[in-house]
Amino acid sequence: MPERYIARSTAIAARLLGGEMMVMSALDSTFFTLNEIATVIWQAADGRTPLSEIVANKICEEFDVDRERAQRGAEQFVDELSQHGILLVSNQPLLNSCPPQENS
Amino acid sequence: MSAALTLTAKHTVSVEIGGATIALHTVDPSFQRAIENRYAGFLGSSADSHFVFDIDLCDPSESGPADDELHLQMEKGEWLLQRGNFRARWNPESRRGWIHQTYSSYAVDCVLRIVHTLLLASQGGFLVHAASAIRGGKAFLFAGVSGAGKTTISRLAPPDATLLTDEISYVRREGNQYLACGTPFAGELGRAGENVSAPLCGVFLLEKGLQNRVEPVGAAEAIQRLLRNILFFAEDPELVQLVFQSACEFASLVPIRRLVFVPDPAVWEIIR
Repeated sequence: MPERYIARSTAIAARLLGGEMMVMSALDSTFFTLNEIATVIWQAADGRTPLSEIVANKICEEFDVDRERAQRGAEQFVDELSQHGILLVSNQPLLNSCPPQENS
Repeated sequence: MSAALTLTAKHTVSVEIGGATIALHTVDPSFQRAIENRYAGFLGSSADSHFVFDIDLCDPSESGPADDELHLQMEKGEWLLQRGNFRARWNPESRRGWIHQTYSSYAVDCVLRIVHTLLLASQGGFLVHAASAIRGGKAFLFAGVSGAGKTTISRLAPPDATLLTDEISYVRREGNQYLACGTPFAGELGRAGENVSAPLCGVFLLEKGLQNRVEPVGAAEAIQRLLRNILFFAEDPELVQLVFQSACEFASLVPIRRLVFVPDPAVWEIIR
């Protein structure tokens, strides 16, 4: 499977509140609440770090989960958010596409 | 000379909601009276106007149905508003606007709601589908979609409560607190709220049930439910972001809880 790079869309509004990351699409007002693992992926989505590296260095390091399972979950999460235009996904690094980190 | 002046004379009605006054100019004296009647209790002085709109009345045959979808977009520094029975332009910088509409206060109502929505969004406030009332110097909001019980909770309010609205509440930010202000936007109750304000001390998400109780609500659900009830127009991404951030700020400063209630005046005993 080719490497995937992910970046947060600029057409979103996001906020970390009470330990929960809330994300809303500015295009269709879809609202998501991200769990802990999804929040880590979201925060690491800088367009430059491959998804597999995020899984290996962030998810597997911080949570008690095996790599294969974490990768499957991450792919699913990325697919869902990308369908709503909330995450941008590419097989190449997404340079200059990532908005600044949201407020906490 | 005097005849020419009479023909071009503009009649002004200034409508003051939430401390912001919007002057409405019309050449039709009967429409002026209609607007004055509609916004009785919320009339201000034209000398204090923050914004001015010229109303241009048109024949109903020129317009579409009133329930057409609203379109709102920013173009060259001006907001363009369009719905079946009106078209409007508003330039926030020059503080002037224009409404082309049929002889109906409904179109004015729509424009006022939109202008206040845009105005509040830039200041961290919002209009929200909620009843609101003041009791003991504190304001409370009761949010919910149509049928959730906004009018019911308003009808059950004790005599010492001041009703701000049973339909659309006005929330204005002032530093680290929020004020709830009365609005002329009424629901099934059919009467405008009082034109007063008070610090907002809590929001209750309405839910009909078998007994009266207040339940805590998590931050994410509180914000999601609040956003569902806030009036905004999703066609403009910048506005969506502003409203989202405002809702998050609001939820971090004002308690949002669920109010499960039965239609009985005793429910007001747990509102505090």
